[in-house]
Amino acid sequence: MGFLCNWCSYAGADLAGVSRIQYPTNIRIIRVMCSGRVDPTFVVDAFLHGIDGVLVLGCHLGDCHYITGNYEAEIKMSSLSKLLNIVKFSDRMQLDWVSAAEGNRFAQIVSEFTKHIQELGPSPIKENKTKTQCIDDLEAVKSVLESSRLRGLIARQRDLVTEKNVYGNQIPAEKFENLLNDAIYNEFVRHKIVIKIKEIGKSVPDIANEIGIKAKEVLEHIVVLRSRGLVDVHEINEEIPTFISIRGG
Amino acid sequence: MKKVGSVLVVGGGIAGMQASMDMADSGYKVYLVESTMSIGGVMSQLDKTFPTNDCAICILAPKLVATGRHENITLLINTTLEKITGKAGNFTVDLKQQSLFLDQETCTGCGVCAQECPVEAIDFFNEGLSKRSAISVKFPQAVPLVFSIDQDLCIGCGFCKGVCKAKAIDYTLEDKKTTLNVGALILAPGFDEYDPEPTQHYGFGKYPNVVTSIQFERILSASGPHSGLILRPSDGIIPKKIAFLQCVGSRDKRHGGEYCSSVCCMYTAKEAVIAKEHMPIVQPTIFSMDIRACGKDFDKYIERAQEEYGVNYIRSRISSIKEIPESNNLILNYESEDGKIANETFNLVVLAVGALPNQSTKELAKTLKIDLNEENFCKTKPFSPVETSREGIYVCGMFSEPKDIPETVVEASAAAGAVNVLLSEVRNTLIEEKVLPKEIDNIGKPPRIGVFVCHCGINIAGVVDVPAVVDYASRLSDVIYAERNLYTCSADTQSNIKEKIKEFNLNRVIVASCTPRTHEPLFQATIREAGLNKYLFDLANIRDQCSWVHMHEPKEATEKAMDLVRMAVAKARKLVPLQEQQVSVIHKGMVIGGGVAGMTAALNLADQGFEVFLIEKSDKLGGISNKIYQTIENYDVQELIVDLIKRVNDHKLVNVFLNAKINSIGGYVCNFTTNIVFGKDKQKKEFQHGIIIVATGANEYVPKDGEFLYGKTDKVILQSELEKVLFTDSEKIKGLKTIVMIQCVGSRNEENPYCSRMCCSEAIKNAIKAKEINPELNIIVLFRDIRTYGFKEKYYNIAREKGIVFLRFDNKFLPEITQNETQFSVDVATSRGDKITINADLVALSAGIVSDREGNETLAKMLKVPTNNEKFFLEAHVKLRPSDFATDGIFLCGTARGCATISESIAQALSAASRATTILSKDILVTEGVISKVDPALCISCNRCADVCNYGAVGVKYEQGLMISEVNPLLCKGCGDCAAECPAGAITMSHFGNFQIEPMIAEAARVEFGNGRPRIIAFLCNWCSYAGADLAGVSRYQYPPNVRTIRVMCSGGISKSFILQAFLEGADGVFVGGCHIGDCHYIAGNHDALRRTLEIESDLESIGINPDRFMRKWVSASEGKIFSDTMTEFVEKIKKLGPLESGFKKSIEIVK
Repeated sequence: MGFLCNWCSYAGADLAGVSRIQYPTNIRIIRVMCSGRVDPTFVVDAFLHGIDGVLVLGCHLGDCHYITGNYEAEIKMSSLSKLLNIVKFSDRMQLDWVSAAEGNRFAQIVSEFTKHIQELGPSPIKENKTKTQCIDDLEAVKSVLESSRLRGLIARQRDLVTEKNVYGNQIPAEKFENLLNDAIYNEFVRHKIVIKIKEIGKSVPDIANEIGIKAKEVLEHIVVLRSRGLVDVHEINEEIPTFISIRGG
Repeated sequence: MKKVGSVLVVGGGIAGMQASMDMADSGYKVYLVESTMSIGGVMSQLDKTFPTNDCAICILAPKLVATGRHENITLLINTTLEKITGKAGNFTVDLKQQSLFLDQETCTGCGVCAQECPVEAIDFFNEGLSKRSAISVKFPQAVPLVFSIDQDLCIGCGFCKGVCKAKAIDYTLEDKKTTLNVGALILAPGFDEYDPEPTQHYGFGKYPNVVTSIQFERILSASGPHSGLILRPSDGIIPKKIAFLQCVGSRDKRHGGEYCSSVCCMYTAKEAVIAKEHMPIVQPTIFSMDIRACGKDFDKYIERAQEEYGVNYIRSRISSIKEIPESNNLILNYESEDGKIANETFNLVVLAVGALPNQSTKELAKTLKIDLNEENFCKTKPFSPVETSREGIYVCGMFSEPKDIPETVVEASAAAGAVNVLLSEVRNTLIEEKVLPKEIDNIGKPPRIGVFVCHCGINIAGVVDVPAVVDYASRLSDVIYAERNLYTCSADTQSNIKEKIKEFNLNRVIVASCTPRTHEPLFQATIREAGLNKYLFDLANIRDQCSWVHMHEPKEATEKAMDLVRMAVAKARKLVPLQEQQVSVIHKGMVIGGGVAGMTAALNLADQGFEVFLIEKSDKLGGISNKIYQTIENYDVQELIVDLIKRVNDHKLVNVFLNAKINSIGGYVCNFTTNIVFGKDKQKKEFQHGIIIVATGANEYVPKDGEFLYGKTDKVILQSELEKVLFTDSEKIKGLKTIVMIQCVGSRNEENPYCSRMCCSEAIKNAIKAKEINPELNIIVLFRDIRTYGFKEKYYNIAREKGIVFLRFDNKFLPEITQNETQFSVDVATSRGDKITINADLVALSAGIVSDREGNETLAKMLKVPTNNEKFFLEAHVKLRPSDFATDGIFLCGTARGCATISESIAQALSAASRATTILSKDILVTEGVISKVDPALCISCNRCADVCNYGAVGVKYEQGLMISEVNPLLCKGCGDCAAECPAGAITMSHFGNFQIEPMIAEAARVEFGNGRPRIIAFLCNWCSYAGADLAGVSRYQYPPNVRTIRVMCSGGISKSFILQAFLEGADGVFVGGCHIGDCHYIAGNHDALRRTLEIESDLESIGINPDRFMRKWVSASEGKIFSDTMTEFVEKIKKLGPLESGFKKSIEIVK
């Protein structure tokens, strides 16, 4: 799947056609007005629907028809990539720049990306063995990307790091990066927990085992999730309490 | 230099709040400076309090609100003291308020900002066990309820400003400097808990399952991170075996302080008990050196912990802790008392951390130029316990010495008492009296109701269809006007409400918004300013108990909001104006008892200009202190007594009556009449006074016939007799070789099951003194626990350094004294298992303190106040009202209340005097408006009302043969228990009367919209259950929208007819919620609620209604989760039961 911005990349793809430059038939293109329009959840949705690889193409930095849309795209895709990295999908997504004059470059990117995906093989979501795990992971990624906390951070990242915050100060890029990484990781784990205990109540050590993190960390997340009204105690067997997801918000 | 009638209080914990309230009630302007974002201090973090297991936030929250709303108190949060100049009576102080980045006046505390904040941080209120945002409120019940931005965490994204509909957030706000002119300062900066993390003491910080006691307190709390489940941090499993380690950072030269922190023994016992209560599978073990349960009724608590709850005590200090990495369990190595090395595995270890001086106090002391002691606490002297080294600056609470909450509250009032004397001449000079318009007479006029529905930003409007509610309200009969506001509580809406009252000639106002517990006084003040009586107001709680708890059911929530408004309108139609009565105060006091406490209290009042009658039953002033020569700190007690007696006798406002006996005490607060006979020639005297202070003291225990051979040989004497020898005839000591001291004589036994508090210190004081006189002397102290609490621990250490030997014995084997011609010896079985015979020259018995049983009983009857089992007087509330009786105008101090040292008695005396001053300083006392009223024509004189009233406010009297049934408006607290009890319907509870509640019940039961079934009516008491329901809202704990709440002041005010009526009107279920037994705001109203509801259950059965349709549960103010769970379960149960049984209606009428 390719998300192409109207003004540069899509035009570049057209130019490839006009120039009769050949590239593999595997790509299906969706036109958007700007690469900044590509909500990271689109990409996750694509993967959930069984797409093997996603290309997001925009104008070269500095050339954006909407001034800074591609910078925003870069920020969004970088956070997305961090999340996809956790669920081992980041290899299947690529952001790149193609101008209206670069028909050749477009064909080259598509060819190379197709080859790369062919080498990786089909998406694990299509394999019975890994299907459930993949869906759980990608649903968690999607939930994180839908959460207002992360959307907020991503939306303000460029302003805060390159311009000024409400106090007139710039936030050091490293500090923001740490904050963002923490938020991404924690929110991902939390959504993962919510998914793991959607139907059956589970104890903290059991959840920890399934997700592969420390029980102490799971408990800390459960505290947050309970305060958000997303998780509650299911039952208490002797000394072992189990927790379950509840509808809420 | 002119004195200034205002006071600066530093620190907004329980001490600072109490001092502020006392000062403000006594006619001074108070500035309460708090360094954090809310008043409440450490007590707000506690789950329960010992020895009553009262829910901390339940008893604290009303105090928070009262402090925050007091017209003479200005709260300055996030503020620190920068500089001070001037002298006692007239100080100039510079203050700095760190910017909150929002306007405190505009913030409504709705909390939307915190939900949108993308930054997550550690929540210090929950001791790091949960998370919060960069913009946050300290805790849900915070006062003032304003959010603030933590500049260290904030990334400046600007979201909070974007979502704040009240437009409170302003990132440009800078720190604010203020300069104030005040007459005196009261310091109450509190303390810090010892932090074991830097040294990884006992593995804290390294092993996840080692937590501090304050963390455990949050774990226990129903509003804490685990909602009251006890989960261990490493894996969220309930720890079966919990070890509590005492003295972490206390009584330790290397870590924390060398002194005793005074509170840990008790709070640990409490935590163990509460843990067991929460989860019966928990097995608590407490490792301690001594068990220092030296407060009133504390020993009984420890005993219950052991016997009822199975808490295991091991006498040992743990040497080390090791973790088993696979399980995160902990192995404790210790030496048991008999010298064996043992180790045991636990699932969780709780460190009872001690109290250290507050970090900021060193700086504060430097700024204020006051002295600190060697432990960096504020330096005070035993006979002036609330005075710092600088005149005009006073201290209370933990800052002067570690102490528990009641002692802290006593000192807070005592500090206020000291200021009262300093500033009495400028009292009432800086407080402003509000000028209000004359009240419009609405009696007899048809109701014209105005309804104001609040959006609360998006808090209500995001769920409830507010315009639809307004439209619905406007169509209800008698509603003349209805409108909606973005924030009904904002300043501009207040003026709008006033305009609308005028424009539409409204005579009743309803606001549909948040909770009356916090906002009713604001709206009442508003309508009063518009000329309406403040009781012509009602509030429909459509946020905390509607939009916040039914977030996913907007349709049902809207319907519920409409129902709640309709119920409020039904009540509003029946509201009547109430008048608070005014009674003039006689500016004189009576103090009963002429000991140190009595004299101190009398002098404090007299120095303020109030005449005092000081009644002493013996022929001599001084009381039990006449037997004491020195304090343990080497202060001369005899000098103190001589000085006090002289001052009392010389003071022209103190009338001393020796050899006096009280014949009768009549009247009530403001106006008592007392009749006494006094003097050797039995003169009679009658006088009038506004208040009474009880300071009758106590006696030294006299050993029974032959107990420890006392009285049989002159080699066995009392500790007080030894003291006399030491200070008046020290030569005698020089000839002695061995003195044995036996502790707990007449204390901590079956007859007197309490600790006398001072005997350990007395023994150590005398032992040190004897050793000074005769360094060769052997002194052996036989003890059960050495209870040198606080800084007295120092003298215990000195005594041991001087070679004084301490041997512990078990209560089961008391020491025995043998005397024959050849030998005088003491046999003791030590707790290590050794049997020792000590040849002694002298045995000193540390006799305890006993109450004057007969005297106290007689006086208690005369005053109609209670005593405890041991006939010590019982205060109104053991935690927060230690100097008051439940009956207004009567106060308590000294050993009449329980065992206390001279220093503590002085503090209590000043405290009682300060409490009394809150009445004496007024010309007119204004009574409560919400009280009960009796219709004498209906009264059948059964006097059941008097049986249920805990304040002696109501009852039937006969005067000159005439029956008089009446309520004393000065004493009535307005719980409504008597009205619920009255079989003749002669008593009406104002504002919550049957004629007001019944229409509400009818509307609550009516299902107007959709199917709306099942319908449940919940009667909730104002102080605990209603507050718990509010907390469920604040915490967004969802429950089904089937419940309609009716607020009453006390569950004891819920009459059986309410419950029956609810069923008769068609309710499918009825719920009654009250405070936990023991926690009742009106002492014991819930006991009556329990009795009535038990009766109801059997009544329902006989009528043909399934008694399962009725439910009673005690829900505290911190149990929001429990409230929502209970409602969910109850609704489920009623759903299963199906619609209400038919065919009961006829019989219900009969029962009613």
